Amino acid sequence: MTRDAKMPRMAGARLPLIDGVEKVSGRAKYTADLNSQDTMTGRILRSPVSHGEIVSIDVSAAEKLPGVVAVITGDACAHTFGVIPIAMNEYPLARGRVRYRGEPVAAVAAVDPLTAERALNLIKLEIRELPAYYTSDAARAPGATLLHEDKSGNLEREVHHTFGDTDALIAKADLVMEEEFDCAEVNHAQMEPHAILADFDAEAGQLTVHTVSQVPFYVHLSLARAMEMDPSKIRVIKPFVGGGFGSRTETLNFEIVAGLLARAARGKVMMRLTREETLITHRGRPQTSVRMKIGMSKSGKISAVECETVQAGGAYAGYGLVTILYAGALLHGIYDVEAVKYDGYRVYTNLPPCGAMRGHGTVDVRHGFECLLDRMARKLELCPFAVRWANLLTAPTRTLNELMVNSYGLQACLDAVEKASGWQKRKDTLPPGRGLGMACSHYVSGAAKPVHWTGEPHAVVALKLDFDGGVTALTGAADIGQGSSTMIAMVVAETMDISLDRIRVVANDSAITPKDNGSYSSRVTFMVGNAAIEAAKALREKLVVAAAEKLDAAPEDIECEAETFSVKGGEQSALPFHDVAIAALAKEGTINVKGTFSCPPEAQGGRHRGGAVGSTMGFSYAAQVVEVSVDPELATIKVEKVWAALDCGFAINPLSVEGQIQGSVWMGMGQALCEETHYEDGMPVHANFLDYRMPTIMDSPDIDVAIIESNDPLGPLGAKEAGEGALSGFPPALVNAVADAVGVDFNMLPLTADKVQAALAKYQRAQEQKQLRRQAS
Amino acid sequence: MKKIVPMTVNGRAREDAISGNILLVDYLRETIGLTGAKKGCDGGECGACTVLVNGKPRLSCITLAVSCEASDVETIEGQVRNGRISSLQRAFHEKLGSQCGYCTPGMIMAAEALLRKNPKPTEEEIRLGLSGNLCRCTGYVKIIEAVQTAAGESA
Repeated sequence: MTRDAKMPRMAGARLPLIDGVEKVSGRAKYTADLNSQDTMTGRILRSPVSHGEIVSIDVSAAEKLPGVVAVITGDACAHTFGVIPIAMNEYPLARGRVRYRGEPVAAVAAVDPLTAERALNLIKLEIRELPAYYTSDAARAPGATLLHEDKSGNLEREVHHTFGDTDALIAKADLVMEEEFDCAEVNHAQMEPHAILADFDAEAGQLTVHTVSQVPFYVHLSLARAMEMDPSKIRVIKPFVGGGFGSRTETLNFEIVAGLLARAARGKVMMRLTREETLITHRGRPQTSVRMKIGMSKSGKISAVECETVQAGGAYAGYGLVTILYAGALLHGIYDVEAVKYDGYRVYTNLPPCGAMRGHGTVDVRHGFECLLDRMARKLELCPFAVRWANLLTAPTRTLNELMVNSYGLQACLDAVEKASGWQKRKDTLPPGRGLGMACSHYVSGAAKPVHWTGEPHAVVALKLDFDGGVTALTGAADIGQGSSTMIAMVVAETMDISLDRIRVVANDSAITPKDNGSYSSRVTFMVGNAAIEAAKALREKLVVAAAEKLDAAPEDIECEAETFSVKGGEQSALPFHDVAIAALAKEGTINVKGTFSCPPEAQGGRHRGGAVGSTMGFSYAAQVVEVSVDPELATIKVEKVWAALDCGFAINPLSVEGQIQGSVWMGMGQALCEETHYEDGMPVHANFLDYRMPTIMDSPDIDVAIIESNDPLGPLGAKEAGEGALSGFPPALVNAVADAVGVDFNMLPLTADKVQAALAKYQRAQEQKQLRRQAS
Repeated sequence: MKKIVPMTVNGRAREDAISGNILLVDYLRETIGLTGAKKGCDGGECGACTVLVNGKPRLSCITLAVSCEASDVETIEGQVRNGRISSLQRAFHEKLGSQCGYCTPGMIMAAEALLRKNPKPTEEEIRLGLSGNLCRCTGYVKIIEAVQTAAGESA
């Protein structure tokens, strides 16, 4: 009964992904790979103007083109859609009005791509233009035309939250500083362009779609609503998905358009969006203006924070109100602060709608916060680390806005990166042009209250054990490359103490797998992991009962270890897994069990309006140090090295956790250094991978990772999230490092060479003038 | 106008009728069903479609299929020999050089071309060899580790 060396414990093992071989061998099928000879091509006609009333759409010539099977317009669907039930204000195909350049207005299904393209060119569209607004200021200006009649001032949502008396504390503070930060809009730019295969069986009245979703059940319900179909007539399957980063957490217009088109064409429609269309579909992080004010004591203790955030959200609601609420809610939960005042404004603009993106809502606000902390530390002649040490929380605690903090590894994160980077020794000895900067960050392990509130458990995992002795885990959790299927397999193997090889994960087929709330807000490990543990315990219990009968013992005396069952302290020989499985099956046939998980009400945030946003079972915490060198001539910034530490509670799979931390730090680097969207009169001129500049392998530093394990009392095996928390620390750590290197504080993102050059030149002139004045006096 | 184009794909001799305007990536993916090479962009920007033509890395999305007449084309599928993945594929798998997997076929083919030319590349040479391939998941750290591992100089 000793543990076989061939079967080590799963928890904490560095394991490759269970679907990794399919990916490296080219066998993995993504949606765009599912083409077959009988598919039609679906294409979308998009608005050429940013804002206007649709006067007419004439599709008659397109319909007559040989090879065209169906042409649809806004008439095909009178239902709005949107991820937030109270803010569904978007039509899959525009009706009456277009609000951004690139908004879908019509769609064609044809026998081949060329015919579809020709048909689009035959559609005559007449639009009467309206004034269009591309910035928050322009859209909020008095007298601006409203994008949505029910939203005055083009404000989608205003948030005003005050906890504690910030005025009094700021008046008493030893140091008060206030700065404004401008963060450019960015996009997820996941490598896989959007695609959907929609197959309408006209005989059965059934629709089957394969799509790129992170939350397939949203797509399912959105299709049912838009197409006025019984949801049971719809089947949604998620094949391999080439990344998401939030872009696919809401149902996207093309998904509904493809469903409508397949029904109109009575067949199978493959719609593959171009990279340009994928970037226009957007749902990225909005351009954000942050005004941050902090009051601090001489010792570095923060007393009060005031923050005003304005997000240019694009033309439709999408996730907007959640984004603007997150920005305020996550001012809390990382440091011990006495008072926080937050004013948030989510603005409609005539640009593609923004949405959820990795670090949803928190990144730009955390940027302002951490940059300002550094500048205050400098004024007070304190080490930036000391300012963070002075403000640590003590877990367990509740924040001012009622967020639950049960585990808190930030101190250990700080210690790890301080040591690894050699901060204390190196900070003041670096040559000119080289600098070190640091920052902290955090993120939720899943939104404790789901967007679609139904009362159902927040996660369900089913396990099936059958005659073959294999354990099949059935889950609706969407693996989009982050490794959720591997996590489920490892957690089940650990809980049952069985071999990983015995477990097969079947995910994301609505006809087979249980509903899952989806891969967003870093909820899957915490919630689905806990549900998987519950399911595995239930299955183990059935096996223990069967083993007890066979061994003529009481179930509580049965030990189950490394796929063998035996009586505690008994002399009998152990029973192997397969024998026990057969015995259990003999009693009831195929065994199906399930495990569920729900976040308790006390985890779901305060009672104030919007209080559920930001609420979570546990926060991940991160600290990082960034080392840069700045070329004074070219004004280019090179990231030499990053040291990141993240408290993920417990690393179920350290290899995977490292990959998530490196990936999120790197994505923060993209936003900090080079990524931004550009629109000319509303036309996205960034909509390709040359103009939307992401870091290449040439620009990417080594990222040293320390995993901190605070063992969350409620997390599965102690685990929390690992895929988002480190992102928002990078941009401020970089800006702080640049300030260290060249003495200039930057208040905008990204730090592209043109902006850096202008600021450096101004700084150098000022330095020279100072020198001259000194010489003169 | 179609013409019969002889070509070897993953060691198999083929003769298909191909229109002059068909891209190599579409020929591979749509005509002969090898969907390993991916399209991540609208032409020549991301490297996900990288295949080898006569041993050299080529962006199949900006290559005409007819230009590969009498050429030896290798795709990610051809790297699996006798049912076993190559050492490079294994290293990408085991070192987590692949997360979502979408850039992976192109990334591995670019790395394969590099290692054939330069079996012991330095880190800088690895970066240069993969500089035309974008990845959005890994931050490239584990991709570099994977190539180093396959090259026998474990990081």
